[in-house]
Amino acid sequence: MCNAKDRENGMAEVDFDVVIVGAGPGGYVGAIRAAQLGLKTAVVEAGQLGGVCLNWGCIPTKALLRSAEVYRQFLRAGDYGLTAADAGFDLSKMVERSRNVARKLSGGVAHLLKKNGIALFEGRGTLLGGGKLKVETSSRETIFLSAKHIILATGSRPLVLPGIEPDGQRIWTSREALVPEAIPESLLVIGSGAIGIEFASFYNAFGSKVTVIEALGRIMPREDEEIAHLARKEMEKQGIRFLAGARVTVLQSDGNEVSATIEKDGKKEELRTARAIVAAGVTPNVENLGLEAAGVRLDGRGFIQTDEYGRTSAEGVYAVGDVSGDPCLAHKASHEAILCVEKIAGLEAHPLGKHRVPRCTYGHPQVAGIGLTESQAEEAGYRIRVGRFSARGNGKATALGESGGLVKTIFDERTGELLGAHLVGAEVTELIQGFAIAGTLETTEAELMRTVFPHPTLSEMMHESVLEAYGRAIHI
Amino acid sequence: MSVEILMPSLDPSMHNGRIVKWLITAGDPVNIGDPVVEIETDKAVFEVEAEVAGVLGEIRVAEGEYADVNSVIGIIREDGSDVIPSKETPAPAQPAGERKKVAPVPSPAGHRVFASPLARRLAALEGIELSGLSGSGPKGRIVKIDVERASSSKSAPATVTPLKKEGPLGDESGFLPAYESIPHTAMRLSIARRLVESSREIPHYYLTLDCEMDALMDLRVQVNDGESVKISANDFFIRAAAIALREVPAANAAWTENAILRFSRADISVAVSVEGGLITPVVRDAGGKGLALISAEARQLAEKARAGKLHPEEYKGGTFTISNLGMFGIKHFTSIINPPQGAILSIGAVEERPIVKEGQIRPATMMTVTLAVDHRCIDGATGAEFLAAFRRLIEKPVRILL
Repeated sequence: MCNAKDRENGMAEVDFDVVIVGAGPGGYVGAIRAAQLGLKTAVVEAGQLGGVCLNWGCIPTKALLRSAEVYRQFLRAGDYGLTAADAGFDLSKMVERSRNVARKLSGGVAHLLKKNGIALFEGRGTLLGGGKLKVETSSRETIFLSAKHIILATGSRPLVLPGIEPDGQRIWTSREALVPEAIPESLLVIGSGAIGIEFASFYNAFGSKVTVIEALGRIMPREDEEIAHLARKEMEKQGIRFLAGARVTVLQSDGNEVSATIEKDGKKEELRTARAIVAAGVTPNVENLGLEAAGVRLDGRGFIQTDEYGRTSAEGVYAVGDVSGDPCLAHKASHEAILCVEKIAGLEAHPLGKHRVPRCTYGHPQVAGIGLTESQAEEAGYRIRVGRFSARGNGKATALGESGGLVKTIFDERTGELLGAHLVGAEVTELIQGFAIAGTLETTEAELMRTVFPHPTLSEMMHESVLEAYGRAIHI
Repeated sequence: MSVEILMPSLDPSMHNGRIVKWLITAGDPVNIGDPVVEIETDKAVFEVEAEVAGVLGEIRVAEGEYADVNSVIGIIREDGSDVIPSKETPAPAQPAGERKKVAPVPSPAGHRVFASPLARRLAALEGIELSGLSGSGPKGRIVKIDVERASSSKSAPATVTPLKKEGPLGDESGFLPAYESIPHTAMRLSIARRLVESSREIPHYYLTLDCEMDALMDLRVQVNDGESVKISANDFFIRAAAIALREVPAANAAWTENAILRFSRADISVAVSVEGGLITPVVRDAGGKGLALISAEARQLAEKARAGKLHPEEYKGGTFTISNLGMFGIKHFTSIINPPQGAILSIGAVEERPIVKEGQIRPATMMTVTLAVDHRCIDGATGAEFLAAFRRLIEKPVRILL
């Protein structure tokens, strides 16, 4: 273990059991698990501890969206018998709060690494092959590390499409969109995945006229069709415009505006907005890692190819998280990192099934899903039973004034296996874990029906949805 | 706190096991995972490991004795204090072979099978006994995938009819010469039970064909030329049988109570004689594997079989069996079907014989094969079609290489 005293003396050791490149939700979590298992562990990070998730992704967006949520409540204070006549906002304060939240959590990661005796090398890591890694620090020092096991957890960055290049001024990626100086009067969001929808919701809440473009045939293409459709209708009511099956062919910064050429059904449309956000997906950070020298192969889509334990084509080199492929989600990265490390330590590790990874979108309304969508289940050849329960029939939702929502459950008719669950509405991102646990424990409809859900809660909708799949819902 | 060591169940057809050897004596300390006792089933010998740390408190079933599945064979005391360190074997050892029934001592918690609700539901739907499965979930919990695997390799629910106790054969007469009484091993009893069941229950019929072997023998010489590891004629037969089953899928079938199971893949069981009996390890998906791989697998399985080290998944669930006695010069023989499979192929010696072709007598290398078939699931024409397909492959062996 590289102890604190060594570090104080500036004499970091260079031989490790495990070296992890990248300190995002894959890297730092894997490092802590490795240290718990008694492995001598180091982390190499060129940017900020906590990675994109904590600094420029999941966490700061949640802070901003919280501001949007409270503001929305202000605006409908009357619904609750309240008056909030002077509802207003200060964008710089919202951004400041968001940055503080990120900073605080990043500091928390530093503390966790230290507490677990993990050595931190601030710099860029490059594989040299044969269990060696070169680290070039920001102060242009070069350090050579060696480790039996090197885990690449370098994450991903926004995908740049040809012709749609962010300029950091008016054409933004998520990074600029997190620290705006003003709310743009109008905004074009390219991509309707979680990132696009969340920014659309945020800017819409504060008065931007938002247009969301999706290249695929429908918005939120990873989510269940019915749920995505309900979310779209709700967001359209709020004034967001959606163009699905549309492509931006040209995007130019033009004076103080952005002009976009949009093609849909063979027709062209010109759209001028104050700002644009490119959220058309992510691309893995595989450059300058020495992959070729180390014999690490990429898959057809440019991600690092791994087996179910994160092992790459090079012995002793592993990859976890976004850099090793879809779904590019923080919790998937953390989970993969832990199982990779546990396998390295010789523990019994259980490979992650992708159908067990929940997805959450924190727009307004929230959307969450796990497992197969209704059409995926049908395509896979299952005979299915589908349960639906609307928030209108739920006491707590009505009391909260949040009666727009649906919980949908999909079961294999033959075995009662919960194939998928899809939710839209208030706090569904907090509810989805119940179905995740049910999936991991392999419950059938019977155990879910037998479970006592507390009253009055939103979670009762989950119970009712299961009952409804079998024609037994009570409040319908 | 004392924890009972139970006779484990390795597969659904196992109902008892024999204690070969206690690896430690009462009073010895054990750690989790330490091998404690060696058990023999009808298929293999394996070690039972301690599930808790403590002291071996008591041996309930002595070496050589049988115990039913889930009955208590010993006790581990987690806290060694209340151990009566009795170094003598508590129960007088029964001579092996005299099956003394050991009354199952109900354990306070019962023998609990850890399985997910979905695995339980699936197992019930597929008629699979959960206690026979090993779980791949956390702490050995049986999950969906384990049942699915068992279900895809399962041919039929194993129904075991206990061997009826019959009086010793004519030894009251007093006219027998002096003899050595060889006690039944678990394997012997299993062979006896299964074959009696097969020969009593299955309406066998037999089909015999002669195959010309010259082309195959030549091809084999070419294939093996300069190779250090040789591919045997039997490896060719395994693959040929699998391809023929693919061509005639109706012959790749098994009879069960409710339905005929027609398999999507040919998993070939190969009869291997071992000390004290025989066992049939399985070359899975032999139609989808090349000869070199089949050869390597067959060799490895045979070695493990002879060493008594086969795992259940290596000998369970074949769809068709090959038995070869050619090396003994046997020209023609019939086999008893290996239930619940639908057919077994008996392969005789490869030998030079005079044959008549186009009115001429000429020498040829020949081999006689006989298919024993379960008429309930494979009719005569189907059996014949399969055997003809097998012969075509043997006589045009290049197709076996494809």
